[in-house]
Amino acid sequence: MVSTNGKLLRVENLVMYFATLRGPVQAVDGVDFELGVNRAVVILGESGCGKSSLAKAILRLLPRNIARYSGRIFLHDRDVMQLSDEEFRQNIRWVEMSLVPQAAMNALNPVLRVGDQVAEPAMIHMGMSKAEALEAARTMFQRVGVAEDFLTRYPFELSGGMRQRVALAMALVTLPSLVILDEPTSALDLLTQANIFNTLKRIKKELGTSFILITHDIATSSELADDVAVMYAGQIVETGEAKDFFPDPLHPYSKMLMASVPRLRADQDPQFITGQPPSLISPPSGCRFAERCPARFEKCSEEPPVIEKDGRKVRCWLYA
Amino acid sequence: MVIEAPSRIKPEMDQREVLLSIQNLHVWYELRRFGFGIVGYVRAVDNVNFDLHLGEAVAVVGESGCGKSTLMKTILGLVKPRQGQVIFEGKDIAQADSATLKWYRSQVGYIQQDPYGALPPFMSVRRILEEPLVIAGVKSRQERLERIHRVMEEVKLYPVEDFLGKFPHMLSGGQQQRVVIARAMILNPKLIVADEPVSMLDASVRVEILKLLRGLQESHHLSFIYITHDLSTVKYFSERIFVMYAGKLVEQSPIGELLKNPLHPYTHALLSATSDPDARNALSFREVPPGEPPSLVKPPTGCRFHPRCSQMIQGLCEVEDPPEFTPVPDHRVACWLHKESGGD
Repeated sequence: MVSTNGKLLRVENLVMYFATLRGPVQAVDGVDFELGVNRAVVILGESGCGKSSLAKAILRLLPRNIARYSGRIFLHDRDVMQLSDEEFRQNIRWVEMSLVPQAAMNALNPVLRVGDQVAEPAMIHMGMSKAEALEAARTMFQRVGVAEDFLTRYPFELSGGMRQRVALAMALVTLPSLVILDEPTSALDLLTQANIFNTLKRIKKELGTSFILITHDIATSSELADDVAVMYAGQIVETGEAKDFFPDPLHPYSKMLMASVPRLRADQDPQFITGQPPSLISPPSGCRFAERCPARFEKCSEEPPVIEKDGRKVRCWLYA
Repeated sequence: MVIEAPSRIKPEMDQREVLLSIQNLHVWYELRRFGFGIVGYVRAVDNVNFDLHLGEAVAVVGESGCGKSTLMKTILGLVKPRQGQVIFEGKDIAQADSATLKWYRSQVGYIQQDPYGALPPFMSVRRILEEPLVIAGVKSRQERLERIHRVMEEVKLYPVEDFLGKFPHMLSGGQQQRVVIARAMILNPKLIVADEPVSMLDASVRVEILKLLRGLQESHHLSFIYITHDLSTVKYFSERIFVMYAGKLVEQSPIGELLKNPLHPYTHALLSATSDPDARNALSFREVPPGEPPSLVKPPTGCRFHPRCSQMIQGLCEVEDPPEFTPVPDHRVACWLHKESGGD
């Protein structure tokens, strides 16, 4: 990621394991990545590869059965992992980074007016009065393209696309520098989806917000992405700029993932990846993709190094 | 408006036998107040006509709420139309008695969208697949088992013995969807209706399942109705495409022709909103028609797309419902923009 801007977020060796009866699930296992100011990184991967867990790990939204949580997260060059839970809640969550959770449109409280719900984070985290917070909510509604008179409506009175915009307004109302979007449009219609991505692009331009977009929809993700990180079995296997990644992915898994995307405007036959991702309870030693990889060789039984190549990073022996 | 019968002037298509013919179909849901007194209707499907040939795969594309699921349910005989016919091999399913319906249901397979929701959690794969056979009156246990084995091999759930005793929660999403497909196929139907069969699956598995369905469709010479909102998968799957908007069929065409030459402004919008993975996408905004699909309780007068259409003709589009025009052979569109280019 070559960027003249300073780095907004730097994640180093982030680890999050869940305790289960059969042993710890290594959902996030040694993740490193960086994100520049006013950039968007998309994290691609199949379900169960740990993408949503990564979002939760960055925001320190830990489930009760956490077995291990370590690593370093620098936000504006400040290691937020050193903060206590209370400091993190007061100064980081919503203030600096916020989350639009998966299926956020269905996560709104059905018995509260959406305006009040959007105002709430501003009151709690920014110490605004109710009137100020409602004003902030009103401004944010305009930004995300929801009519002002919707402030006093209840979630059931809004369509799916509108509710998704409300969830987005809620994440943005405190003007954080980073918003994490977990599958923001997967339940929405095509035109609504295109509309929401237009809104996200505009917000990125106008407010200078950075985004982490978590999705398995590769085609749509290219609407917002400056950078791409591919995740497989709890690890990031490739990072790079979108303009390099989309035409020419490096890691064999990224290549196969890209080849599986049906395309409207090209005639190549989409391919599928045979086999299943490995269990995260006892992942194979060496490269975790080796079992499904068409290019594997003897080396692959050893843990692959992260290779830097023209500003891109890939975790694969082929490039060593 | 005068309702015309579907035209049958498709020379090369017509050599195949018509399996299913939808004529003048209206499906309206009643809106009641306090349980009595009809206060209005939801016009979920409004005057839809098409023919489906034996061995033909068609895709129905549209946004949620456009009536595509209602159309599917009517075809499956689950919803009774208010008006119009669903003719399958010469029998009108909309008016059929229960014996005909029972026969009909053995001729039509249904592949649900969410495989986990579609499979009963308390039944093993074997029982799930055996049930349709029992209902269809296959008495011999041996024959039932043989047919289960055959269909599971066809959907590539092997080794079969390993899967027979498993329950749905023990299977991956792709395997669950294979069981759903096996269940739809087990009575050797002539027609399969698939409602977003891959939308809940991962990208890599999605292609695998689509290829499996395509393979089954070709080898068994099945007629196939593929309901989806994902235009990028359509061309790998079907020969013709129907575009639905607000309860109406606005455009129908062979797939290659539609992708090259979309005629309806709505189809245009759908195509331009579909992304291919390309870093340049992030640099520009997509053109999206303003607004949202209309309420089907009080649909707009005239063309139902006119409030969102950038090419609306004042004094025509908001007044009169556009009939179907055929500007290109086999390519029909319900839009006034094409009235000059060859009417009905």
